[in-house]
Amino acid sequence: MQIDLKTVNIEPKRKAFDHLVSRFGDKAASRYQEGSYDIQATENLHYRPTWAPEQELYDPNISRIVMADWHAFKDPRQYYYNTYVLARARQQEAAEAAFTLVETRALHQTIEAELGQTILDLLVPLRHAAWSANQNNVLISGYGFGTPFTQPCLYQGMDCLAVAQYLSRIGMLLGGTEALSVGKQQWMDGEAWQPLRRLAEDTLVVRDPFELFVAQNIVIDGLLYPAVFDTVIDGRFALNGAAPISMLAQFITDWSAEARKWADSVVRVAASESAANAAVIAEWFSEWSGRAMAALLPPIERAIGSDADAVLGQTLDDLKARLAKAGVTL
Amino acid sequence: MSTVFIAFQANEDTRPIIEAIMADNPHAEVEDQPAMVKVSAPDKLTINKATVEEVIGREFDLQEMHINLITLSGHVDEDDEYFTLSWNS
Repeated sequence: MQIDLKTVNIEPKRKAFDHLVSRFGDKAASRYQEGSYDIQATENLHYRPTWAPEQELYDPNISRIVMADWHAFKDPRQYYYNTYVLARARQQEAAEAAFTLVETRALHQTIEAELGQTILDLLVPLRHAAWSANQNNVLISGYGFGTPFTQPCLYQGMDCLAVAQYLSRIGMLLGGTEALSVGKQQWMDGEAWQPLRRLAEDTLVVRDPFELFVAQNIVIDGLLYPAVFDTVIDGRFALNGAAPISMLAQFITDWSAEARKWADSVVRVAASESAANAAVIAEWFSEWSGRAMAALLPPIERAIGSDADAVLGQTLDDLKARLAKAGVTL
Repeated sequence: MSTVFIAFQANEDTRPIIEAIMADNPHAEVEDQPAMVKVSAPDKLTINKATVEEVIGREFDLQEMHINLITLSGHVDEDDEYFTLSWNS
């Protein structure tokens, strides 16, 4: 007797959920799509929030940005819980390794005392700015509409806490716990920090989630991280003997480069939806970028001197180029 | 004309690779088999690092695909940027 073994390919009756099939075609959906699209609650929101009866619980009309479909966004990194956590865990391991290397070899002690103090003065108060960025992104996540838009904002908020923690650790490594209280005091009372503190506090009361997105993730982060970390820390201080700080700040630089791609994609989608959207974004940009430039100048000037103006100007030009590429005419 | 092919396990990691192959090689054909996806093409098949990165939205090392690679046929020509199967080289 002869037995033939053969495989039978059974076509699944459905390749994906119906709502994903209607969006992306009849093919297997990725986990990111399953975890992001059409899971925003849109119906049967019986009661308006007691604290804001003029709006629905999840209300697309809170923002001046008008989208026919708030699910038109896509996070280019395709973060959903699993991929986000895995990616950050890998980065955390790398950052821990860098801290261990610097601590065990005492590399931070190779930095000259004066430069070390300048770095402390520049970086430690920024952890308070990172906290307001956290608050802002969580607000966008809570009041924004459409999971592909709001989900990455929650991750961004977590990342801002990570930034604050790494800054604290750098501070403690260079100056002990005292560095943190001095940093807070500078943030609260230091003259150079008051414009930035005021800017951060003013963003905390912005209620339009998309305006807050532009103010925080495009303007403030788009100026602060390239200017302070890419240009000052990595570009200048590293050459003057503070390379260990670049190692310790590697998560911050990597993360901000990655987040920029996502932020650009959000603006690109919203601006390409309508000319009105693009105009609103441009209006928000000019309003917030003027303030952010003025607020960032004093602390950077204190760190690198009169050159700060040129550094910030260059950073602003780069940011404008990013927006132009995303379809916003300024 | 001879055919080259490459077969991957069918899973979440390989779907973007297959998608990238199909974007770069319009002449290729995908065959879904139980737990396996086989892509065949006449003469030549290229996997580009840049295209896969565009699909998955993060950096991709072409060596990652070997975790899910089942088999292939054709002469391999590869560097950091691409992985090509062909019979002509």
